[in-house]
Amino acid sequence: MTAATDLRSQQAYVAAQAADARVNVELDTGDMTLNIGPQHPATHGTLRIACQLDGEQVISAEPLMGYMHRGYEKLCEVRTFPQCTTLINRIDWLGSFANEVPFILAAEQLMGIEAPPRAQWIRTILFELSRIANVSLFLGDMGVQVGALTPVFFAFRDRERVLNQIEAVTGGRFHPNFDRIGGLKDDLPRGWIDETHAVMAKMRGFCDEMEDLLMGNEIFQTRCRSVGVIPGEVALDFGLSGANLRASGVDWDLRRDANPGLAWDEVDWRVWTHPDGDSFARYWVRLQETREATKIVDQLLDSIPAGPIMAKVPRIIKVPAGEAYVSTENPLGEMGYYVVSKGGLEPFRVKIRTPSFSNISVVPWVMRGTYVPDIITILGSLYFILGDIDR
Amino acid sequence: MPQLPGLLKGLGVTARTAARTLFPKRGLRTLIPAPQQGSVTVQYPHEKEAPPDRARGVIALHEENCTACMLCSRSCPDWCIYIEGHKVKAPPRRAGGAVRSVNVVDRFDIDYALCMYCGICVEVCPFDALFWSPEYEYSEPHIADLLHDRIRLSEWMETVPAFEDYEPGSEQKVRKVPDFGPDDFLPERKLADDDAVLAPAADAATSADG
Amino acid sequence: MSGAAELAGLLGLAYWAETSIKLGVALIVIPTAALLLGYLFLLKMMAFMQSRLGPQDVGPYGTLQLIADAVKFLQKEDIHPATADRRVFRAAPVVVLASSFLLFVVLPTGPDAVVENLDTGIFYAMAVSSLSVLGVLMAGWASANKYALLGGLRAAGQLIAYELPLILAVMGVVIQADSLNLQEIVRAQAEGEIFGFGLIGNPFILTQFIGFLIFMISAQAELTQTPFDMPVAETELVGGFHVEYTGFRFLLFFMAEVATAFAFSALATVMFLGGWWIPGFDFDAPALNVLGPVVMLIKILVVAFIIFWIRFTYPRLREDQLQKFAWKVLIPLSLANIVVTGIFKVVV
Repeated sequence: MTAATDLRSQQAYVAAQAADARVNVELDTGDMTLNIGPQHPATHGTLRIACQLDGEQVISAEPLMGYMHRGYEKLCEVRTFPQCTTLINRIDWLGSFANEVPFILAAEQLMGIEAPPRAQWIRTILFELSRIANVSLFLGDMGVQVGALTPVFFAFRDRERVLNQIEAVTGGRFHPNFDRIGGLKDDLPRGWIDETHAVMAKMRGFCDEMEDLLMGNEIFQTRCRSVGVIPGEVALDFGLSGANLRASGVDWDLRRDANPGLAWDEVDWRVWTHPDGDSFARYWVRLQETREATKIVDQLLDSIPAGPIMAKVPRIIKVPAGEAYVSTENPLGEMGYYVVSKGGLEPFRVKIRTPSFSNISVVPWVMRGTYVPDIITILGSLYFILGDIDR
Repeated sequence: MPQLPGLLKGLGVTARTAARTLFPKRGLRTLIPAPQQGSVTVQYPHEKEAPPDRARGVIALHEENCTACMLCSRSCPDWCIYIEGHKVKAPPRRAGGAVRSVNVVDRFDIDYALCMYCGICVEVCPFDALFWSPEYEYSEPHIADLLHDRIRLSEWMETVPAFEDYEPGSEQKVRKVPDFGPDDFLPERKLADDDAVLAPAADAATSADG
Repeated sequence: MSGAAELAGLLGLAYWAETSIKLGVALIVIPTAALLLGYLFLLKMMAFMQSRLGPQDVGPYGTLQLIADAVKFLQKEDIHPATADRRVFRAAPVVVLASSFLLFVVLPTGPDAVVENLDTGIFYAMAVSSLSVLGVLMAGWASANKYALLGGLRAAGQLIAYELPLILAVMGVVIQADSLNLQEIVRAQAEGEIFGFGLIGNPFILTQFIGFLIFMISAQAELTQTPFDMPVAETELVGGFHVEYTGFRFLLFFMAEVATAFAFSALATVMFLGGWWIPGFDFDAPALNVLGPVVMLIKILVVAFIIFWIRFTYPRLREDQLQKFAWKVLIPLSLANIVVTGIFKVVV
């Protein structure tokens, strides 16, 4: 073989390689980066999800948050303990009363006082009412996420009844600010118990309606079944809590397992779990929980003990030095407050463990390989509140 | 019984709701459409929604009772209450008694653009000077107009509802809203104006703003 | 051949006069149809299904709401994205609207009340209705927006998949009526008999029920209504192909959507529900030129009611599920329908 032919074959080889490469480049479609959010109807706020797409298939998805960070942990440090509840209301704005409870319980634990039984009962009732208000909106909103318009209007319609009950007691539909260290701000107005019984019956009707309209719908099931499957171990690894964890078959509910002193032990109810771990399971578990919550409220309403609603608390509240962590089973999952006090009027440090922040962390894992519409289904079924992520 | 397909059930739910909204009447009048009664929405500018008595709509000031003690201003989480006041000498209650020293409010402003409607100020007030009113129609085209001064705040007093009774089993005492007739409009204030000339030296103006 | 031409001849109208009258009527009828459907179903029925009242303030019972909306849209700034292909971007809504305008040409509403009685009317209607895909694709591509692109591609994939069952469902009717002409299809239904009982004619919905179902499902997909509204998909693609459109260009898309819904309801009426014919009348009775449109309108509203009822109730499918449904269920079913219809045609 001469040098010339050698050179020629080498040139041919190089040319062939180059042509191959060119063809590959031409055929390779490349990935598309799709920014879902921060302004997007499916993110209920300002969450941003940066997706790498191959066609409609997701290669990677990364939630980017912080667009709504309000610095509540820091703001709490320059506010007195009673003032903090005003801020804490606004973390998970759909179930705000439930936000106040763990913080107040942590402060009470530090001060060594306990609210009287009547206050505990009313706290639990309002806690469950805010759960119903929160989750019922999810039950409708999930419809919007998968394209059905009507369920969300039903949800708004019937949630309003619950909010009216909350407002009749606390004075605020969204931001009750009703829980106080040592008890509650006020007692129930006359006639409220009967009204609430009626509303609970309506909410059970709403759950039935949702089952007929949305959950039983074959199209909804096709969209949600085996979409976004999170096995139990993975869910535990990512720190999921609440209905998202129970939908993965993990029987875990702080109301039953670590009751911080509210009245859940006094009534008959059960924890629902679903073995599938997909989007449908998450919807199913939340629907059952809403039903269960109406039952809890009904039972508690019938057994409110008489008595005061405030323990003996000094007029100016100084919390003794120490630290406490109290968490409760909020509508979205485990919400905990780690409160450090140096004995002053203000907390020295408040660390807020919000459920949505941990729940959303599973997104990159669960989204890989799904389709664009599934992103929305999964985000919807994971059910986060932006204020709860960014706080 | 065989299961009805979910697709048909869903259609049934929407049709039922539409029928209920359109024909809410029962009996012989069923076929008269009356969506105004069947719908759950309130046609807001035409009809008003009635919030419950406890609703935290707007804060009313009973100026007569205010002593400019600053408790509300200090306990406000976002410091949106501005108070200034001064002391005046008031004539004795009974003939022959000592001359009293009375706090008079010069300025009592709440900035509703900042207010978070938490109600802590109403709660801490030891003299029953602040009350919640369920009134909600006071939006303004200019944000500065949301600063309500003491005259505006006093006007809200007329809308304050009486406190509700409690459910049985409660040990709370039902509070009373102080009477507020048009005749006794700010009597303390009138008094203060009359006496201000007498005792200008006793002024001890305090001020606080956020 | 056209009855309308004869009528025009009787009245002594020139071709240009006849054409301009027809054009004028069409220009009035189409926006009115869109407004009527939009008001009745999109605004009012949806509101009632959701325990609401719907618009109340503009005109009695909010009847003029859509006109007010249109005026609002006309006032809006006409925004083009900086990287958009301006010419294509501008043309897209016109193409979509033209497709639905052209559909109205062949719709018969009476023995003589038709704009143009084409011999291959149904063929023409099917062909023209697929034009809208082109406009949607143009809009999706020219917007230079990823959401719009995804929406446009979805629309293309979906509309192609559903064009087939749509046409195959029509085939059954064509075989039974022996004609592609829409007037002849109406005549076949009017003069048909059900087991020798000819009083109400033979609306093809009775014999072609499967075909009717397939037609309605495919029409739903063709109109991009829920459960097949993936190209629009507000919660996923934020509006899909028309995400970048503002003002009157958006209005054109909206009008085309509702007007096409009207046209497809009319097609379904003509092919399956007996069209404009009223039992008891002669097929060519002149009175039907007046009564026919009224009957048509009532039937159209019934069909449109079903279309919108489904739209307000169901969630949407995923794109791949929709394709599966189209290719694995609808197309085999419609082919079977044609075979069975053909056998009956030959045997009976």
